Amino acid sequence: MSIEVIGISKTFGTFKALNNVSLNFPDGELVALLGPSGCGKTTLLRVIAGLEHADTGRIVLDGADATDKDVRQRRVGFVFQHYALFRHMTVFENIAFGLRVRPRRERPSEKDIRAKVNRLLDLVQLGWVANRFPSQLSGGQRQRIALARALAVEPRVLLLDEPFGALDAKVRKELRRWLRTLHDELHISSIFVTHDQEEALEVSDRIVLVNKGQVEQIGTPKEIYEQPATAFAYSFIGSVNEFRGRVDGDFVRVGDEKLRFQTGTFKNGQEVVAFSRPHDTEIVANPQSEDGVSASIKRILGTGAVARVELVANGEAREGRKEFFEVEIPGSDVQSLGLSTGQHVKLRGRRLSVFADQNGTQAAS
Amino acid sequence: MSGDSTSLLTAVRDANSSLITAANEWTAERAKTLDQIVSSLLAEADQQVATSIDMSGVRAFDTFGAWQLARIARELKSRGREVTIIGLQSQFAVLFDAVQKSSDEADRVQPKARLEYSGVAAVGEALTRAWQNFLLLLNMLGAVSVSTLRALLRPSEFRLTSTVHHLDRVGWQAVPIILLITFLIGAIIAQQGFFHFRKFGADDYVVDMVGILVLREIGVLIVAIMVAGRSGSSYTAELGSMKMREEIDALRTMGFNPIDVLILPRVIALVIALPILTFLGSMSALYGAELVAWLYGGMSPEIFVARLKEAISITHFKVGMIKAPFMALVIGIVACTEGFKVKGSAESLGLQTTASVVTSIFLVIVLDGLFAIFFASIGM
Repeated sequence: MSIEVIGISKTFGTFKALNNVSLNFPDGELVALLGPSGCGKTTLLRVIAGLEHADTGRIVLDGADATDKDVRQRRVGFVFQHYALFRHMTVFENIAFGLRVRPRRERPSEKDIRAKVNRLLDLVQLGWVANRFPSQLSGGQRQRIALARALAVEPRVLLLDEPFGALDAKVRKELRRWLRTLHDELHISSIFVTHDQEEALEVSDRIVLVNKGQVEQIGTPKEIYEQPATAFAYSFIGSVNEFRGRVDGDFVRVGDEKLRFQTGTFKNGQEVVAFSRPHDTEIVANPQSEDGVSASIKRILGTGAVARVELVANGEAREGRKEFFEVEIPGSDVQSLGLSTGQHVKLRGRRLSVFADQNGTQAAS
Repeated sequence: MSGDSTSLLTAVRDANSSLITAANEWTAERAKTLDQIVSSLLAEADQQVATSIDMSGVRAFDTFGAWQLARIARELKSRGREVTIIGLQSQFAVLFDAVQKSSDEADRVQPKARLEYSGVAAVGEALTRAWQNFLLLLNMLGAVSVSTLRALLRPSEFRLTSTVHHLDRVGWQAVPIILLITFLIGAIIAQQGFFHFRKFGADDYVVDMVGILVLREIGVLIVAIMVAGRSGSSYTAELGSMKMREEIDALRTMGFNPIDVLILPRVIALVIALPILTFLGSMSALYGAELVAWLYGGMSPEIFVARLKEAISITHFKVGMIKAPFMALVIGIVACTEGFKVKGSAESLGLQTTASVVTSIFLVIVLDGLFAIFFASIGM
């Protein structure tokens, strides 16, 4: 089912959680709503579900306006971060609950309910826990049961609110993969909220990047990673080295030093922020080199095919801490450049992406 | 110091852009001139055009100059202009960055509340909060009323099992403690009555006092306060913890109205249980008073009962019983509203539970006062 969000705004007191958000979620895709905590992604999900009412804007489900419909009529399945299973019911009863409480006319027979719940339990690979209580299950198992419960009512759309947020790293990874496979089987339109960029990149068909109540960028994980549209997108996705300074001809002037950048239309003297991915950053062993920002090597990790070099800026500490850089270079370069801990070097970007510093919307890479 | 006549600042303006060119020394030595020039520039600048500030001609630059430059940038930006600073030499740029950052921070400092107004402000805030809480209570009362109507129209959807379950918890299981407390209260009132009335030889009137006091006021008040502390708090805690674990949202996504499923059964159970508990409590209090009268006051049970028959009428009993369901409603609505107010943390659960008990006891006593006025005016 397609989901369309048109001009949604929502304010809590004086805090603007969503600011005129418009989105279109295509049918059958698994979409990640990605953003830092407090950016409004969960609010957006709750507005789509009907758990929260937007101040302005409309929600269109399957071409029909659902703004004034309540949760029940929207037929959404919702999976909560803390599972929200009913504690006094067994796993079986939890999953059957949504079916049992339907009005008598629509309620399936007891036999059908039984068959359906068993099918769902098999789907989440937990057939053997049917008669246990939620408290007897592990976190990962509980979340799978919660998902089965959400699916039991045959929702037209599945909404997941940080579904793996409360789980430990290993279970998280496992469930992530499992969710992907499950989605490939069911092909139900799904939206999941996460603040974990790795999770979003790995699982979703499409990522919606949200910041401060606004959509920053929409795209496939590949697009988002390789062509970040804004400074925020660049710094939020993947690890990145950041240089702040002013434009000076073909260079970005960072303090007393300068970095050459290739393309972009900026006025001289404009404040900009330049980004470079660790694998696109070069180390120049000569600290007297013209081009580059000086830093000193703090640690060299891994001497295999790829070595990771951590550096700190030589300049003044900003906001109480020295700037930190990370560079990935072929392991052989460590020897050929003769790098060692404590050494003073210069850093420069092979592909420097430069954005205007003020609002971070003007792109040039 | 090179001549004062050389210009520090010139502004050239055309239709859609403005160029400000700075030159010479921007230092504290030229403070007075610089300040005047900047002030007059800012006073004239009213058009919303993009502005560039060319600093390349500046030969000396100190904190004062940096502050003036930051001031121009800030003032123009606040008037909706786009400001770009160009050509600032890099050794000056560092200083300018530091000054601009600290002056931006200074802008964000909240003005301190003035001491002489803080009391008034606190009263105002408390009043708004109280009003908001009152609106929330009304909202809940409305929702429960609608839910009751729905249940009346479609009795099959009323959650009887849940209601009976809560009736057991707030009614049946509360009986022992209610009996004990009211028994003790009745006994204490009687004892105090005998102790003081005896001085005037008015022993007989102790029975009048106990009878009327217990049936009209003390019975229902003590029971309502006990129930608010015992059941009201547990309602708030239950609903609050369900809210914390998102179970209420889960119910809603499955097509339930939380008011129908969670709140109506609880409120109905209280409204049924409280009159019954009030009746039991009043009887227990009278029994306690009778025992004290016999053992301490030397008044035989026969005389106590005979005197009680003369002293009280069915009206006194009615007054107490009529109040009970209304108090139950107040307790139920307050407890459920507070429960729904719980946010994600355990701390907030504790706060709301306390608020629930305090508010409901307060409102129960206020309601009792209103009833006293009402009954007095209709002569009951």
